[in-house]
Amino acid sequence: MQGILLAIVLVLLIVGAVALTLSGTLWLSPLASNWGMIDNMLVITLVVTGLAFVVLNLVLAYLVWRYRARDGQKATYFAEDHKLERNLILITALGIIVMLGPGLFVYSEYIHPPREAMTVEVLAQQWRWSFRYPGADGQLGRTDPKLFAQNAFGIDVTDPAAQDDVLVTGPLHLPLNKPVVIQLRSKDVLHSFYVPEFRAKMDAVPGMVTRLWFTPTKMGTFDLLCVELCGTAHFQMRSKVIVESPKDFERWLQQQPTVAQTIKR
Amino acid sequence: MAHAVSHPTQEHHHEPTSFWSRYIFSQDHKVIAIQYMITALIVGFVGLFLSWLMRLQLGFPGEFNFINPNNYLQFMTQHGMIMIVYLLTAALLGGFGNYLIPLMIGARDMAFPFLNMLSYWTYLASVLLLLAAFFVPGGPTGAGWTLYPPQSVLPNASPGSEWGIRLMILSLAVFVAAGTMGGLNYVTTVLQMRTRGMTLMRMPLTVWGIFIASVLALFAFPALFVGGVMLLLDNLFGTSFFIPVVNLLGKQLGREGGNPILYQHLFWYFGHPEVYIVILPAMGVISDLLATHARKPIFGYKAMVISMAAIAAIGFVVWAHHMFVSGMNPYFGFWFAIATLIIAIPSAVKTYNWLLTLWKGNLHLNTPMLFAIGFISTFIIGGLTGLFLGNVIVDVPLHDTYFVTGHFHLVMGVSAIFGIFGGLYHWFPKAVGRMYSEALGKLHFWVTFVGSYLIFFPMLGEGFLGVPRRYFSFRGIESFPDIINDLNAFITVVALIVGAAQLIFVFNLVWSVFKGRKAEANPWRATTLEWQTPTTPPPHGNWGEQLPVVYRGAYDYSLPDAPQDYVPQTVPPSEKARVRV
Repeated sequence: MQGILLAIVLVLLIVGAVALTLSGTLWLSPLASNWGMIDNMLVITLVVTGLAFVVLNLVLAYLVWRYRARDGQKATYFAEDHKLERNLILITALGIIVMLGPGLFVYSEYIHPPREAMTVEVLAQQWRWSFRYPGADGQLGRTDPKLFAQNAFGIDVTDPAAQDDVLVTGPLHLPLNKPVVIQLRSKDVLHSFYVPEFRAKMDAVPGMVTRLWFTPTKMGTFDLLCVELCGTAHFQMRSKVIVESPKDFERWLQQQPTVAQTIKR
Repeated sequence: MAHAVSHPTQEHHHEPTSFWSRYIFSQDHKVIAIQYMITALIVGFVGLFLSWLMRLQLGFPGEFNFINPNNYLQFMTQHGMIMIVYLLTAALLGGFGNYLIPLMIGARDMAFPFLNMLSYWTYLASVLLLLAAFFVPGGPTGAGWTLYPPQSVLPNASPGSEWGIRLMILSLAVFVAAGTMGGLNYVTTVLQMRTRGMTLMRMPLTVWGIFIASVLALFAFPALFVGGVMLLLDNLFGTSFFIPVVNLLGKQLGREGGNPILYQHLFWYFGHPEVYIVILPAMGVISDLLATHARKPIFGYKAMVISMAAIAAIGFVVWAHHMFVSGMNPYFGFWFAIATLIIAIPSAVKTYNWLLTLWKGNLHLNTPMLFAIGFISTFIIGGLTGLFLGNVIVDVPLHDTYFVTGHFHLVMGVSAIFGIFGGLYHWFPKAVGRMYSEALGKLHFWVTFVGSYLIFFPMLGEGFLGVPRRYFSFRGIESFPDIINDLNAFITVVALIVGAAQLIFVFNLVWSVFKGRKAEANPWRATTLEWQTPTTPPPHGNWGEQLPVVYRGAYDYSLPDAPQDYVPQTVPPSEKARVRV
């Protein structure tokens, strides 16, 4: 009775899990960056592990049903089979190589931004995001956390490269189809930069600079979320990302005030 | 002490006579085990209640006004810490470790009975310190169970960043002391106090699991201790071990030179082995349950021991897979991904061997067996989802989403607690001398097993959507479809039901202690030593006049030429037929 019930429940769990996955109701949000490779890796991993999930649980259900105690049922002594063990290990290793091999290649790409990428700085603090663009010279001015006492970005205003930097409190504007390196700094505690549609993610750590890169491939407005617990209003630490045509982006950027215009020396 | 083998009489074990020395300040491992287990379960219910409060907010945001963003984080942090450290670790090592090690290896008690007693009282002190945080100004810490600085220790950077965090660290430090006393005891006892014939490779897998987990604890806890001490100094005295130059809430703090990532390395150097400290004893327990109730030897005993040792060893070089997007050197990702996925192999070996143990068995599907089989299923889904998070590039989109929440609850929450439930039902007749109610036990299993899937499987899907964990509310985020609101309400309702079902378990055990049917000495017809004691429950000193002598491995079930389907470890090779019942 318990055996049959358990077998049925296990099969129902498999069916439910597969149905929920295939229905697509809880699937990745539509991709809006170059990281289709990450999605591919997710799908490969899902197929390999999904197969293992279904097979192993089906075997479990079968065993529970087939060998449940009944009158006259006897166990067969069977304690070792090295060949079987070896083969199972080989199959498992193969599955792992299929996931890990290509995964590491994609990761290698993920940590090597293309040379032509533009850099935008994202500054995190409790509980908001602000942004800095390098301006006409293509270079971000020098910063030092000790200078947070003087201005909101901790910018060294004596640095010539800082003069044309553009400071924005949000949303974050990005040009379509141009690779961008997001350079992350934090003023106070840990935060993390995440736009579900871009897939990429990186923590902002006070005292150091971290980076991630992607190429926006879809126009539109996206939610920027903080995904490292950063205190009481963590869940409200959000901003928007607007991806627009390079022309619109340039026009927008021209209209923003520079450091020289906003911060007195 | 270790002389127990050479002096089989009870000269070292005068039975205590007063109430206090018998039940309160007892040095008997069995009493200490029960003290540990009851305390862990009580504090576990506090953790369960906190999860209800979280789920109420997530399922029905705005309906319960007493839950606010501050205390939500406090409930969450305390829930995590309580469940991982004060329930699972304490119940599996302090509870099962204490009760089963001496009985399963044929010893009269632990190597250091006084230290053992001290371990429990130290643990109790750590629990009281933990719970005291609810009554101090500012309440308990709400920095997440990882207690990441700077937010955990800087004034007003997170809830409970003053008295809350201090009590938390103090409590953990005291717990480490308790765990070290216990761990030393378990390791020494296993190495020194095995009875004649009980070779290492004849030990039941439960003892192996607890032994290896104790070794892990001895190596891992010091990292937590060190991290905790520096964290406390950063909080109390304004030092900068983990705090760089920061500007908090518009104020420059005058700290300099610390690094928050250093703390993360120290924490996870403890935190990842901690996962195995919890799961290895549970694996051992369910291995014994499966073999006994399937009436079959465990398949590939040697492979089971080797894979546990391999998991433990590799488990010390995978910690930074919790930090793939932390800002550490990105090249670390390669190594930690490779090492992490390699661990999947010994974990898979264990799963295959459990399944092969069931194959051609004679499965008695009573409550302990149901929980053991439930463990296999939840460990499969929990382990497989770990392959997403261990493979660095796949971790990137899923990191800090509900996928992680679903994964670790299934693999180390649900699976580990199934090991505890299964073990409690299995050894209850020996420890108490009475049977529990099978009907109530089965009801408890069915609600918990199906409920756990319904709670945690949908979370994996939410993680695919990118829904972040540790969020008080998801209002105003346009990325996510409305279905997550319905889903969260659904999960909450199931969580309330599963939580309430745990009262069935409590009622069953409490009622059975007084009113349960009298248990036979060996109701499961099991082979291992703890079922061969002269009385049930076992007497003080466990074995009466003579220590048992072991002649065979722990799993002689259904031997081809034996008249019965089990041969206890105490039966000499020539006497397969003569079984003491």
